[in-house]
Amino acid sequence: MNHHHGDHDHVHHGSELSPVEARVRALESLLTEKGYLDPAALDALVELYETKVGPHLGARVVARAWVDPAFRTRLLTEATPAIAELGIGGRGGEHIVVVENTPEMHNLVVCTLCSCYPWPVLGLPPVWYKAPPYRARAVIDPRGVLAEFGVTLPETTRITVWDSTAETRYMVLPLRPAGTDGFSEDALAALVTRDSMIGTGLPKALPVEPAEMPV
Amino acid sequence: MTDPSPSPFSAPWEAQVFAMVVSLREAGLFTWSEWAERLGQGIRPAGAPERPADYGAWLATLEGILAERGVADPENVAARTEAFRRAAEATPHGEPIHLENDPLYRP
Repeated sequence: MNHHHGDHDHVHHGSELSPVEARVRALESLLTEKGYLDPAALDALVELYETKVGPHLGARVVARAWVDPAFRTRLLTEATPAIAELGIGGRGGEHIVVVENTPEMHNLVVCTLCSCYPWPVLGLPPVWYKAPPYRARAVIDPRGVLAEFGVTLPETTRITVWDSTAETRYMVLPLRPAGTDGFSEDALAALVTRDSMIGTGLPKALPVEPAEMPV
Repeated sequence: MTDPSPSPFSAPWEAQVFAMVVSLREAGLFTWSEWAERLGQGIRPAGAPERPADYGAWLATLEGILAERGVADPENVAARTEAFRRAAEATPHGEPIHLENDPLYRP
């Protein structure tokens, strides 16, 4: 847009590192020199969590549980090996517990201590999950928290709050939406949102008039 | 979920902190339980409101553990941080910042 601007103002200037960027570069270079870190391994980790690991994996687990009652039973009994059947697992998910929503009971997951979260199925936690208001209020006023997320449950539905730790990390199995009989696993997985597996949301609603859906 | 997920990191340094912590945990420097406990302490400073368990808190927690274990003492980290800031200033805008660009660099 303005080539002269660049020529006159920027060429003679150096680069900038913010204080936090410089601290991180410093730690990384010191620890690499001492043999604690391998920069290539760090890059691979970043790429993995930026592009591969995320809530689409948890959505596959949920969809399988909705179509396969035997899998659902295994998932609710001992989640980690059941999830591994789908090739999903690894760090941050050594012991996952899946809690099932029913019309009578809704489950909500928090980490009151810090930000423990089931990485293999949900990826890394959103900013609000790590923030003091959610950490505190999920326990004290879960119904109010749900309202802020736009979720209103019947008064008769009880809410159970689960506190994830480094050892035990919870994931919610949401209720299968009505009107999804005969849906493929892929179509069902597309309805499963990240928040529905934390308990702060519900799966996506179906369009009222399926005939109007684009094909 | 067919929507592409947004990056879980809001800046590259956050991703680097995350990757360092995961690598060092896997190198056996601490367990996830120790990590959560230290992070939980760090975000509850005495006499101040609780803080988010964000990557800034991760960085501070990591620095604390490394100092305590004698892996990276705070003086060395501070000196290296300054070296990187001098290197940045001496690096033309848009080029990668290498420690060797620090005018005071001694191999």
